[in-house]
Amino acid sequence: MGNASITTRGLNHFFGKGDARKQAIFDVNLEIERGSLTILMGPSGSGKTTLLTLIGCLREVSDGSVSVLGHELNNADEDLLVGLRRRLGFIFQAHNLHESLTSTQNVLMGLQVHGGGNPQKQRDAAHHILNLLGLADRRDYLPSNLSGGQKQRVAVARALVSNPEIILADEPTAALDKESGHKVVQMLKSLGKARGTTTVMVTHAPRILEMADRIITLEDGHIVSDQRQ
Amino acid sequence: MSHLLTILFGRLPIGWLQLTHSRGRFFAAVAGVAFANLLVFMQLGIMGALNNSTVAPYDILDADIILSSQDGNTLTDGGHIPRARMFQALGVAGVSDASALFIGNLPFTLEDGSSVSLLSFGMDVAKPLFATPAIATSLEKLSLENTVLLDEGTRGMPKDVIAELIDGGQFRFETGGNTLTAIGTMDVGVGFLADGMMIMSDQSFMRVFPGRSSGAPNHILIRIADGVSNDAVVARLMNTLPSGNLRIQTKSGSAANDLAYMATERPTGVIFGFGVFMGLLVGLVIVYQVLSTDVADHLREYATFKAMGYGQSFFLGIVFEEAIILALFGFIPGILVSLGLYAGLVSFTGLPVEMNAGRALLVFFGTLMACSLSGAIATRRLANADPADLF
Repeated sequence: MGNASITTRGLNHFFGKGDARKQAIFDVNLEIERGSLTILMGPSGSGKTTLLTLIGCLREVSDGSVSVLGHELNNADEDLLVGLRRRLGFIFQAHNLHESLTSTQNVLMGLQVHGGGNPQKQRDAAHHILNLLGLADRRDYLPSNLSGGQKQRVAVARALVSNPEIILADEPTAALDKESGHKVVQMLKSLGKARGTTTVMVTHAPRILEMADRIITLEDGHIVSDQRQ
Repeated sequence: MSHLLTILFGRLPIGWLQLTHSRGRFFAAVAGVAFANLLVFMQLGIMGALNNSTVAPYDILDADIILSSQDGNTLTDGGHIPRARMFQALGVAGVSDASALFIGNLPFTLEDGSSVSLLSFGMDVAKPLFATPAIATSLEKLSLENTVLLDEGTRGMPKDVIAELIDGGQFRFETGGNTLTAIGTMDVGVGFLADGMMIMSDQSFMRVFPGRSSGAPNHILIRIADGVSNDAVVARLMNTLPSGNLRIQTKSGSAANDLAYMATERPTGVIFGFGVFMGLLVGLVIVYQVLSTDVADHLREYATFKAMGYGQSFFLGIVFEEAIILALFGFIPGILVSLGLYAGLVSFTGLPVEMNAGRALLVFFGTLMACSLSGAIATRRLANADPADLF
């Protein structure tokens, strides 16, 4: 496996059963290095989101192999999958913040999943990352009182606060202005260099493509291009 | 509250925050649970009053064993037995004394023209040991013809009459062509059986109820000798006395059987029992509806938490947290309003409707269980929270 955080071998994925069975991923073989920023591109329905959910332990791997942080996901039990998810950070296209929780509380959810911990230190960590993302004055706001960009930055803070080993992001900058988007991707790049955090991101934003270490393009479930920069 | 729950759970109190975020729904849910509590409390309160009034007459009797007619349903609703059984019982080893008890209902017209029913006990006043000490001291005065002790709680009886009796005065009244004189009071309390109660001598009883025969009392009260077990004497009585149409029970056993009869065979007991069930069902449905809607409204957030690595126990914890909060917040107004309504019922009807710790705890834990059950059913919807759908 070497320095790879994520490895796929002969990965196929199917949706549906019987006559309705449809293949979404075809024989995907990948090795994504630790600390790298990899971008998945491709038209709608090309399989990039399916690949992201398979790597993120959110779908069952039934044909082929996916290894994440050294653990094989094919035939993995639920406990292993839940344990691995805690070592990942997810940034969704929609912020998916909990409407009843303030910014700080939403970010704390990213820490409390690990159990235990000092509540004050957790709160300090949540405040610190919110400050870094320019949300110092929005820490106690409910999502309903935040703009779209602010909500997305809280979601980013929630994903990053627990120092995940892999970050899986789906169009994370879509709701952000140019400056905020650049800041978030720069933060992900810095985490890669400083802590070896691996980022796999689905995006079509040209300004981000130039910051990627690697760009993989999928079409109809096949990898059609794999460029390293 | 949020801070306190955070310390208590060791995590953010998501359930509390979710419930209080939608305040309208939260208050509606609390009101629903409180209403269900109110229904249950009222049913239990009236059922308790029914039970209390069923066994209250036992409180004035001091007997170990009671012989009754087998076709009798309760102490005050029974047939007659031959007085000869009393003499036969006195010959059984372990029986120290026996006395006949006559029971009848006497209509009495109050000054305002309304009619009340007085449950009347006729006792052998020469045997005061068969009455509880508070009554035994007054019992010998009843040897005077047509004198009675009147229940202080008799429904409709003017308060000044009762006050005068307590102060040692007398109250003369006519009923069934007889003039009776109340020369004292006792505190039994009104119930469902009658509007009040009175005790008189067996001789006065025969005059007031001319249709009754001194040879056919309603019950035979038996006291046993010191150091002898009730059960042993009951067994001997069963072996000695003719078995036809005779029931031999300890006093406590007789009271328990009366309660069981009222709860399971009388329509009133069954109706109130059904009312309790309906109250719990109403609470269960309300809480299920609230929790189920809450889960459905937050499926996307729950799916996000699943993606982050939160396990099933976390989500069950949230739903049960909400169930417990609703149970607790619904119980408090529920019991407060019930206390007010109990007081109103006592004031208007004189029925012994009272709250006790046992009933409050029973309803609280019943509410907790109903809410938890609703929560458990509502958690089935959690399975729909698929984190893969988030991308």
